[in-house]
Amino acid sequence: MSNNVLTANSGKTGNGWLKGVSIALSVVLALPILVILSHVVLGDASVWHHLVDTVLFGYIANSLYLMGGVTFGVLLLGVPTAWLTSVCVFPGHKWIAIALLLPLAVPAYIIAYTYTGLFDYAGPIQTFIRDMTGLGYGEYWFFKVRSLPGAIVMLSLVLYPYVYLMARSAFLEQSSNTLEVSRTLGYSNRKAFFKLGLPLARPAIVAGVTLALMETLADYGTVQFFGVNTFTTGIFRTFYGFGDAVAASQLASILLVFVTILIVLERYSRRKIRYHSSGLSKVSNRKIHLQGRYGIGALIFCLVPICFGFLFPVLQLAYWAFFDSIGLDKSFFKLAWNSLSLAFIASLLTVSCALLLAYASRLFPSKSVDTAVSVSGLGYALPGTIIAIGVIIPFAWLDHQIIDAVKALTGDKIGLLMSGTIFALLFAYVVRFMAVSLGAVQSGLGKIKPSLDMAGRSLGLTPVGVLKQIHVPLLRGSVLTALLIVFVDVLKELPATLILRPFNFNTLAVRAFELASDERLADAAPASLMIVLVGLIPVILLSRSIASRT
Amino acid sequence: MKKTVCSLSILAATSVIATQAFASNEVNLYSARQESLILPLLENFTEDTGIAVNLITGSDDQLLRRLQVEGDASPADLFITVDAGRLHRAKEAGVLQPVESDVLNEKVPSNLKNSDNYWYSLSQRARVIFYAKDRVDPAELSRYENLADSKWKGRLCIRSSGNIYNQSLVASMIEVDGAANTQEWINGLVKNFARPPVGGDTDQLKAVAAGECDIAVANTYYFGRLVNSKKAEDRAIAEKLGLFWPNQGKGDRGAHVNVSGIGVTASSENKENAVKLIEYLLSDKSQTWYAEVNNEYPVVRGNPFPTSLVKYGEFKSDQLNLTKLGENNRQAVEMMDIAGWK
Repeated sequence: MSNNVLTANSGKTGNGWLKGVSIALSVVLALPILVILSHVVLGDASVWHHLVDTVLFGYIANSLYLMGGVTFGVLLLGVPTAWLTSVCVFPGHKWIAIALLLPLAVPAYIIAYTYTGLFDYAGPIQTFIRDMTGLGYGEYWFFKVRSLPGAIVMLSLVLYPYVYLMARSAFLEQSSNTLEVSRTLGYSNRKAFFKLGLPLARPAIVAGVTLALMETLADYGTVQFFGVNTFTTGIFRTFYGFGDAVAASQLASILLVFVTILIVLERYSRRKIRYHSSGLSKVSNRKIHLQGRYGIGALIFCLVPICFGFLFPVLQLAYWAFFDSIGLDKSFFKLAWNSLSLAFIASLLTVSCALLLAYASRLFPSKSVDTAVSVSGLGYALPGTIIAIGVIIPFAWLDHQIIDAVKALTGDKIGLLMSGTIFALLFAYVVRFMAVSLGAVQSGLGKIKPSLDMAGRSLGLTPVGVLKQIHVPLLRGSVLTALLIVFVDVLKELPATLILRPFNFNTLAVRAFELASDERLADAAPASLMIVLVGLIPVILLSRSIASRT
Repeated sequence: MKKTVCSLSILAATSVIATQAFASNEVNLYSARQESLILPLLENFTEDTGIAVNLITGSDDQLLRRLQVEGDASPADLFITVDAGRLHRAKEAGVLQPVESDVLNEKVPSNLKNSDNYWYSLSQRARVIFYAKDRVDPAELSRYENLADSKWKGRLCIRSSGNIYNQSLVASMIEVDGAANTQEWINGLVKNFARPPVGGDTDQLKAVAAGECDIAVANTYYFGRLVNSKKAEDRAIAEKLGLFWPNQGKGDRGAHVNVSGIGVTASSENKENAVKLIEYLLSDKSQTWYAEVNNEYPVVRGNPFPTSLVKYGEFKSDQLNLTKLGENNRQAVEMMDIAGWK
């Protein structure tokens, strides 16, 4: 990122170690991705030709449709709700602001299971319609849940909170001034939104959409369940059906190209725009009061994503869990604890690394640092399985070197040291979720005007002092956001956990997936419900931290 | 706050590391049979023998990849898959080693194991045709090959070609009918689809019961589960369906079966325990368990059929050596891609 505005102090601080450490860290984090990329030049091309001849363009087309649809969906759900809850007053707006985050706790594949259960041809709603009307198959129209549009709706319902979160904090920061300006200009409320609010929040919104799209590209569970062949299902199919890890990695490399384009576009969209808030946002009570039917309209609009993204799926899960499933057993506490502790440690690790990288790119905005930092964020769009393979290969290589060395020295044969341990798994999480935390931290840092650093320094603070007394208090919100999003993401993460976890170690997501993939949706419900409930803790914390800023 | 974070991290870290501790008398298992369909047997094994079993579950391909990358340092002693093709792939990848056990060679029929004893089947899954009792006369059904007949146009439900059981069915047909005929068959089959493939086998069965299609291809144990379900709606679905054993005619090859199976890894350091566990998983007690808990057919003759499926009787199963499923898998996927089977 070209933070050239922010660099007044660089070079003079003597913090060269930070540059070195951060580049080294990015290289380590980029290692799995580089391993995947290295496959491009390997292997035979016959599978590849077959793919190009038959299915590849279908994969690409579906992925593009999906991305287009999700972009539209998350914008439609995320931006107006963010605007309404940050600058308007309507019945229940405080609660709504919090509740709009709830779908963040629901994994896309779980929402897909529940809506399939509800709306499919053999599900209760259509059966009810048939019983009431006496119509049979094909004699009435009903939307197909398991379809490309269905997948777009599912993903939009759980991914819009990224846009909402980012857009809302942008709106909140501008709110008082913007509204005042818009009134001076004689703008209507609508005009205020389109002429001022939206353009000013655009970088934040684009960042949110980018995250949602990266998640969309990485999604496997939903599209696979819906029978929508995207790039990611193509990777898996190549990997499984052909047993060809090399061709699968080659496909993954193309996916990386998609992502790189996305990231470049995002950077491009905010190339000239660098807004700094005036430090602490001024909070004003001057909000737009929506009266009567406008107020009710706003309430209903905001309730739609809450109900469809959270309430209905959770009720369905609860129904399955209590009436249809095998129920909970004592291993559940262990599962919940494993999930929680993994998510906790992984979020601390990821955000620490993100902080380090973000500072490096703020203080030393050279090409090398920028590139290194950008590459370390690529993992977010790769399916967990691919990351896992990228992690396993270098770890096993290192382990084998150590094993050989020990054998040469002592003659003893030792086992694997890092592969198949929690360490490898945590590393995979850091690689996978770096983009999310980096995004939050960087946008937080970006909002701190460089003049504040300079002011601090000129008042005699050391660089560490600037960090402690100026940045830490101002960054708290962003860091917390980053921590909590990674926490929820790890909680929901499936494929990397599945392939990298050590012996006798399961998580809630693994349990839910195993049962669901065995077509026992109802039995998967207790574990799914637990994921959502455990995920609610950080989401509520997150919303409180946001609420406290209003 | 800081203190809490600190102590929580330490607590979490220790609990995570503690799970890594292993007993000395043990055997390590990578299993593609999911936890709930293997763990109870392992617990019984530990109780009976005192040998602790450490388990990682996952998909066949991922576990195979992990075995390959870990190489001779892999902690795994045993590898369970839910598909014969993957066992073949594992053997080809050099991660398995042969086993010498008279017990196993005697118990497992020769078409259900590797000829060099690299792997053995544990349970059988038959892939058969289900039909709507009220709309289809079973006399209309005969062989898999006839499913491509145009009389089924718009009436057939089957899941995606990404599914391994469809891949292995096609692989078996490539072996007996030849590639050209099989390609033609797939092309015809795809034309008969009532809808683009969605969902799993259970969904296909539900779609037949609900009237969305008239026939479906699915594994028997999914049907067995509906029969045994404690939900009345599920049992009602099963009531509407008939089970048809394909290719039973005189001289015909029989219904397609795939298996879950097991092999000892090349890196195994607890081979003796590993063989003991395989023998245990093929004991009458375990064989009965697969039938009861997951409606699978036993591998060892003389063991009971799943009660939910008993009334559908004995059937002739395809005696094709399962290694062929692995050998033809890739070609099967390519052919399904060409036919546009999603």
